[in-house]
Formats: sequence, C-alpha cells, structure tokens
Amino acid sequence: MSEEMNTPQEVVTTHEVHHDEHHVHHHKETFITKYIFSQDHKTIGKQFLITGIIWAIIGGLFSVLFRLQLGYPDQHFPILETFFGHWAKGGQIQPEFYYALITMHGTVLVFFVLTAGLSGTFANLLIPLQIGARDMAAPLLNMLSYWFFFMASVVMVSSLFISTGPAAGGWTVYPPLSALGQASEGSKLGMDLWIVSMALFVVSSLLGGLNYISTILNMRTKGMSMTRLPLTIWALFFTAILGVLSFPVLLSGLILLLFDRNLGTSFYLSDIVVNGQVLPNEGGSAILFQHLFWFLGHPEVYIIILPAMGIASEILSVNSRKPIFGYMAMVGSLFAITVLAFLVWAHHMFVTGLNPFLGSIFVLLTLLIAVPSAIKVFNWLTTLWRGNIRFFPSTLFAIGFVSLFISGGLTGIFLGNSTIDIHLHDTMFIVAHFHIVMGVAGMFGMFAGIYHWFPKMFGRYLNSTLGYIHFWVTMIGAYLIFWPMHYEGLAGMPRRYLDKSSWVSFSQFADLDRMITIVSILVFAVQLMFVFNFFYSIFKGRKVTSQNPWGSNTLEWTTPIRPGHGNWEGEIPEVHRWAYDYGKDGREFIPQVEPIGANESTH
Amino acid sequence: MCLDGPALSGIRGRPYNSLFMQTIFIIAILGLGFLITFQIAKASEYVAVLRGEEKARKQSNKVNAFMLLAFLVVGLIGVYYCNERLKGKILGPSASVQGVLIDRMLYITIALTGIVFLITQICLFWFSYKYQESDKRKPYYYPHNNKLEMIWTVIPAIALTVLVGFGLFYWFKITGDAPKDAMIVEVTGKQFGWEFRYPGKDGILGKKYFKYIDPAKNNPLGQIWDDPANHDDVWMEQEMHLVVNRPVKLIIGSKDVIHDVGLAHFRMKMDAVPGTPTTMWFTPRFTTKQMIKKTGNPKFVYELSCDQMCGKGHTGMRGVVVVQTQDEFDAWMMDKKPQYYVANPDKDPYAPKPDSVKTVAAIIK
Repeated sequence: MSEEMNTPQEVVTTHEVHHDEHHVHHHKETFITKYIFSQDHKTIGKQFLITGIIWAIIGGLFSVLFRLQLGYPDQHFPILETFFGHWAKGGQIQPEFYYALITMHGTVLVFFVLTAGLSGTFANLLIPLQIGARDMAAPLLNMLSYWFFFMASVVMVSSLFISTGPAAGGWTVYPPLSALGQASEGSKLGMDLWIVSMALFVVSSLLGGLNYISTILNMRTKGMSMTRLPLTIWALFFTAILGVLSFPVLLSGLILLLFDRNLGTSFYLSDIVVNGQVLPNEGGSAILFQHLFWFLGHPEVYIIILPAMGIASEILSVNSRKPIFGYMAMVGSLFAITVLAFLVWAHHMFVTGLNPFLGSIFVLLTLLIAVPSAIKVFNWLTTLWRGNIRFFPSTLFAIGFVSLFISGGLTGIFLGNSTIDIHLHDTMFIVAHFHIVMGVAGMFGMFAGIYHWFPKMFGRYLNSTLGYIHFWVTMIGAYLIFWPMHYEGLAGMPRRYLDKSSWVSFSQFADLDRMITIVSILVFAVQLMFVFNFFYSIFKGRKVTSQNPWGSNTLEWTTPIRPGHGNWEGEIPEVHRWAYDYGKDGREFIPQVEPIGANESTH
Repeated sequence: MCLDGPALSGIRGRPYNSLFMQTIFIIAILGLGFLITFQIAKASEYVAVLRGEEKARKQSNKVNAFMLLAFLVVGLIGVYYCNERLKGKILGPSASVQGVLIDRMLYITIALTGIVFLITQICLFWFSYKYQESDKRKPYYYPHNNKLEMIWTVIPAIALTVLVGFGLFYWFKITGDAPKDAMIVEVTGKQFGWEFRYPGKDGILGKKYFKYIDPAKNNPLGQIWDDPANHDDVWMEQEMHLVVNRPVKLIIGSKDVIHDVGLAHFRMKMDAVPGTPTTMWFTPRFTTKQMIKKTGNPKFVYELSCDQMCGKGHTGMRGVVVVQTQDEFDAWMMDKKPQYYVANPDKDPYAPKPDSVKTVAAIIK
C-alpha cells in the first residue's frame, strides 16, 4: 500500500518541473497557441466538443432528410432539389442519396460525435482535473490527437462534395459492395476518402487513448490511489483501453479493403460478376472483413457507452447527495464489460453462415455481458434510493440515460440470442435497439456531462430553463421515435429500405413512419436550441461565482473558477479519501482533499 | 410538413411555388417559436436571480420531480397503447415450423425482460420522485452492501442461463442438418433480383463456375454443361415455389455483393455471400392460398426481401414465394424446361416439335 502511495508522489514531483516550463510558456502565449494549437488539455477538450457539436448538427440533419423520405415516400419537397440538385430530383430523395445519407449519419454519429465528441471531450477535460494533474502525460501528442481528428473531419467533409458522392454502403462498409465502384456510386472515390478519413481518425484515437492511459496510470496526485478515482475516470480509462486494442484491427481491415479496391488484391473478393463484368478475383472471403470490422465495431459501442456510464454515475451520486452505491462493483462491472466487449463480436454475424456451434459460444458470452450491465443498473437505482435529489438538467439527463440504457439493454437480450436474431437481424428492431442503448443513451451521457461541467469549461452556466425543455422534448421524443420502431422490426421490416409501399408484408406502418418523422424533426429542432444555448452561454451565460457550484467532492472543483494552463495556481492538492463521501456523518459533502477526521465513521 | 398529396404529382409551376412558401413558412414558425422560448427562458433566469436562486431552484425541482412521475405513468400507458395499436401488424403466427420455435423464444424473452423492464423503470422514476430534494430529509449514507450486490449478480445470471438454455436448444434444432427428404432449391442474389435453380429429377444441382456466367448465352448462373447433373436443372427468376409441410433446404449464394434471403413470414434469414455458399432449411406450414384466407387479404403473397444493404436497388429487391400442395407444385414444375436445353437448343430432343411440352410432361410422369 505504501508503495502505491509513493509512486504518484514521485511523478508529481517530476511534473512540477514541467509545470515551471509551462509557466515560461504561459507568458508568451499568443492567440494561436492558446486557442488553436493549444496543448492545454481543457482547450483540446473544448475543441473536441465543439467539433463534435458541429458534426452532430450535420449528422442529425442527415437523419432529418432521410426521415422525410421514410415518412413521406410519395411527397415532393422542392426545397431539397434547390439544395441538393440531382441527388433530390423532383424534390424526392434519390436512392443513392438516401444510402449516402444513412451511411454518413451512422459514420458521423458513431465515430465523430459519440467517440471523438464524447470521450475526446471528457477524457481531455476530466482526466487531469479529476486525478490532480497539470496536464496530460504528453500534451503535444494530445494536441496532435485533436488535429488528426480535424484532418479526418476535413477529408470526410470533402467526400460530401465530390460528384459521385460520399461512401454509401452503410457505416459498416461491408465489401464487396464497398470494394467495387461498379456496384454503387458511393463505392467510387467517396469510399477511398472514407477509408483515408477513418485511418486518420484511428491515429487520432490512438494518440488520445495512449495518452489517457498513461496519464491515469502515472500522474495521479498524492493520495489518489486507483481505488479513490471517480468513476468517470475509471470509465474513461477502460474506454481508452478498448480503443487502443481494437481500433488498429479496424485500420488493418480497412487497409486490406483499400488494397482490394485499388491494387487488385482479393482479400475480400471472390467469384464476382458485377454489372455483367466477370472479375478475376478468387479465394477471398467477404466475411473476413466482417470479423475484422466487428472486432472493433463491438468494442466501439462500449467506447461510446462507458464514458456515458461514468458520467451518469458521477452526476447521479453528486445530485442525490449520496455515495454511488457499490463503487467496487461498479469498477468491477466496467472491467467485466471491457473484457467481454472483445469476445462478443460475432453476434453481429449470426446469419452470415457462421458455424452454428461457434455462434452458440457467442450467444453465451453475449448474454453474459448482461450481468455486469444489470449490476450497474441496480447500483444506480440504489444510489437514487433514499437520496435527496436535485434535478438539474444534468441529473435529468443522467436519469434519462439509465432509463434508456434499461430499455435498450433489454432488447439486446433479444438480439444476442441467436434464435431470435434469425428473425430480427437487419430489421428495424436493430435500428430501434442500438439507437436507444447507444445512440440516444450515449447522447444523454454527453448532455449530462455538458450541463454538469459547462461551468468548469467556460465559467458560466447554461440556461437551465432551455435545459429542462431540451431534456423533456428529447426524452419524450426519443421514446416516441424508437419504441414503436421495434414493432416494425417484429414484422420483419428490413432496415435501410427507403420506401415500403410496394411491399405486401411491410407497407402497414406508413402512419407510424409519418409520426416518427414529425417527432424527429421536432427533436432535431430542440437540439438546435441546445446548440444555441451552448454558444450563447459561452459568452452571455450567467457567471459562475462559487468555486464549487454543485457541492461536489472531486478535484476539478478545487481549481479556480477559470483555471489557466496548469489547472492549480499553487501546489496540486493532496487527496485523502474517495470521491463519494456525500451525506456522511451529517455533512452534505466532504471533498476529496479533506483529511479523514479523528471521529469520522468508517464503512 | 403535412403537405397536400395529390396536387403535387408533378413539378409544375404553381404547387411548386406554394410548397416552397409553405416550407419557408414552417421554418419561420419554428424560428419564431424558438425566439419566444428563448426570451421566456432568459426572463425566467432573471426572475430567478431576483426572487432568490435557491427558492427558484427548489420550485423547479418539484416540477421536474412531478414530471418524472408523470412520465412514468403516461409512458407505461403509452407502452400499452402502442402494443394495442401495433400488435396486429406484426405478420401473425409463423408460417414455418421452425419459426414457431423462434416465436416461442421471442415470447419467453418478452415475458422475462418485460418483468425486469417494469420493475427497474418503476423503481427509477418512483425513487426519483419520492426522494426529490426536501429540507426535512437527510440522505442515507449507503456506500455498499455485499449481500444485496450478490443477489443482483446471481439472479440475472440465473435468468440469463435460462434464456441461453432455451435459445441454444432451439438454435441447434433450427440450424441442425436438414432432413434427408428435404427439397433442394438454390437461391442466388444479384443486383437487384433473385434467381432460383431446382435440381430436377436427379435431385442434384450441377456444378457451376462463376466465369461461365453469361446471360447472353442463356447461362445466367455459370452452369458447367459438361456436368450431366446440370442437364435437368431448372432455372427461373423472381418466383420460388415450395411445397407445404415439406422441408426445403435453400443453398444460397450471390453473384456480386452480399445480399440476404429474408423470409419474414417464415422467420428465416440467411446472408447470400459471393464465393461462400450458405444454407438454411425450414418447413412451410401454410400454402399461399391458406394465408390469403387467414389474412383476409386477397393480394397476400409470401415475400422474399433482401435484408442486407446491397446498393441503390436494395429496397426493390423483392422475390415472391409461392407455397403449394405437392400436386399443385408438380403440375407447375411439369412444363419447366431445363436450362441446359434453353442454352443448347441443339441438344434438346424435343425442340423442333411443336408439342414438346406435352411430351416432356409425359416423360416426367
């Protein structure tokens, strides 16, 4: 134990030296080094967040466009033709455009918003602040991590403007569709740009992830043992491990795809006659790509949901004025989820012709992941139980997160069971499931975090009335959009269909699709309102006047209201207890920096 | 966005303009609504500051706590209402023997997860309401309880074991070997349609090689004509005929990209992968005619949908499955000419004769 305590102290000492260097820098800071090529983790976090918000608007707008098509397949919207020309001929979204939209919606939301925007923002902002470090282990790499993400964004945006359009083979880009330009417009230049963009994104994610891991392991302040870390940090730690171990596999899969596309190799191609043209490729396996893709793809959903879990845990505990229930079980279940995340990927492939015996192993491991998930839910419920709950917008989003995680998690038990998956695979049921459990729940975690840490980021508050409207419309809207969608899936309606009216089996849901479209437009409008609130409040929001506005225990609230580069003006505070002493011994909260009192009760 | 349908069938001058105006109008209303909301929100912030922030916060705390409870109650009613509205639209009972097992597994899962859903959601929103901030309450310092945590590790584990047990029992039944007497049909997906091949009298599908594919030479699947097993294979497009109560094994492939043979009524699905054949088997329970009666829909047909995104024509990649009695099937199959004779008319012993169909039929009988 004493060894464990010593290590961080030593590191702190070495970092103190660094800090002096920073001080020298501090005085020569220009606009460019302060706001653009900044190495301050807080600024980098804000850069990730704002880039993520811009991407979320783009990705969300895409969904509104294709929802218009889904809700009103026979209607003409001339305004679409005004903006998109031949992609929306006659004011109707053309199939190529529709598939480009859903592909970009998925790619943007999964990677650029819910990975970079979520863990990029909060890992950067919170890790040094909550563990008591002046900055990341490698601030330069950290800055590069953002700029690689920025370059990935530029490449992806540029693919939207080329004449053949962006990638259009679904966000999973399964070959041969994504490998053959003859098979789809979107598989021409747009697909190469998609791969390049994702390669840059993987580099960004690795630079960030390695930094997060080494910072958490090496740079904790004195007294901050691993078991005293707030759950946000544990969650971000496991997220980074997931990313570091799985993103390279995606990259390798994509490089092979790039070879198949441009160099005539046959990793994924075999026995193909496309558009009347017989291709020479033989011996490749299209399924190999799916294994490589989902080896990232599945951990990816946990990369999205773990930070949201950490944020929700922290916020629920702070605002219930009660310790998080079962801290060690929470850490343990995060760990279990991380390990299992690597062992379940083939549950996305039950109907690809996978050996049924192999499938059965993946069923077992997949349903096993429900156990740690259940533990987490019960622990959140117990955290609320007998608390004294303050409903800030952040609290509401955290509660909404738990509700959505339950709803979407339970439908995962349907899909993880291969027998049911035969029927539900690739139907709207899947769309409903993952939007609730990872899409909306991930966004809720992100919103909760933004509302909670906005005062730390900008020294001002978000307008809370707009916050409450934002929460309630989004919460009600999310359930209205995605709950009834399960029924479409139960009827076997395939996903990625743009017009069901010619089908006998799937045309019975036209009213429902219309309702979903109207609600999505409303929900999207309210998100724009949030964005407005965000930018308005950066400059005009109510000023934060107290150092610790939420009465929170964690270290970030011991820094000045507007901390400079280096975070603490004097020495980094020492930590004496875990982060969750709320309501202990009749005291509302006891910050981590307060030494254990002589008469304090032990638990 | 509720625009008037029939008036818009073309892109003509007037409706086009009025539509444009309508869109602008809607955007303007949204913008105005937003401005008003923002002004109210701003004002309420000032009022809160004037009246005392703490007091205003406690007020909004009560409102939100009540809203959470209301959300639970209305939400649960909504779940019930949604089910009432939509349960009749999910295709009715399975049309295959194997699908019955899948449906049963589905209902077991719905029952079990439904209970968990109710308990946890009710706890979540009820606790939120009940334990809203109050000056009278001191929060209960309750960091952990090993016994409780053990209980909610073990109970889900048991419940999931039950689900895995049932699931795998059915899974192996469904994915196990097809019965020996199963009919064989080869299904091939392409952008954007379906092709079918029946093995003919010998019950064997002849060999094929993708480089021989040439629709111009009447060889759409690349059959190798040297293989005698190919000589009686029958090829057709878009429509597959099956026999009721007779197991059928589909041998599935694709010519270009990945497709998926989706049979929603039979609860069956399998990817069509170029270069890697896959299989699936099932036993239809009802003929198409029986389903017309059961559904009361004279236009009812079993549909074959492509369930794996395959390009711009994905949505229209529709096939039709006709389930018949054995006699009806035999009668239908009788006049189908093997593709070998279509591709090689010189080999067709009956080609020159005008009454060839009858003769072939006689031979088959």
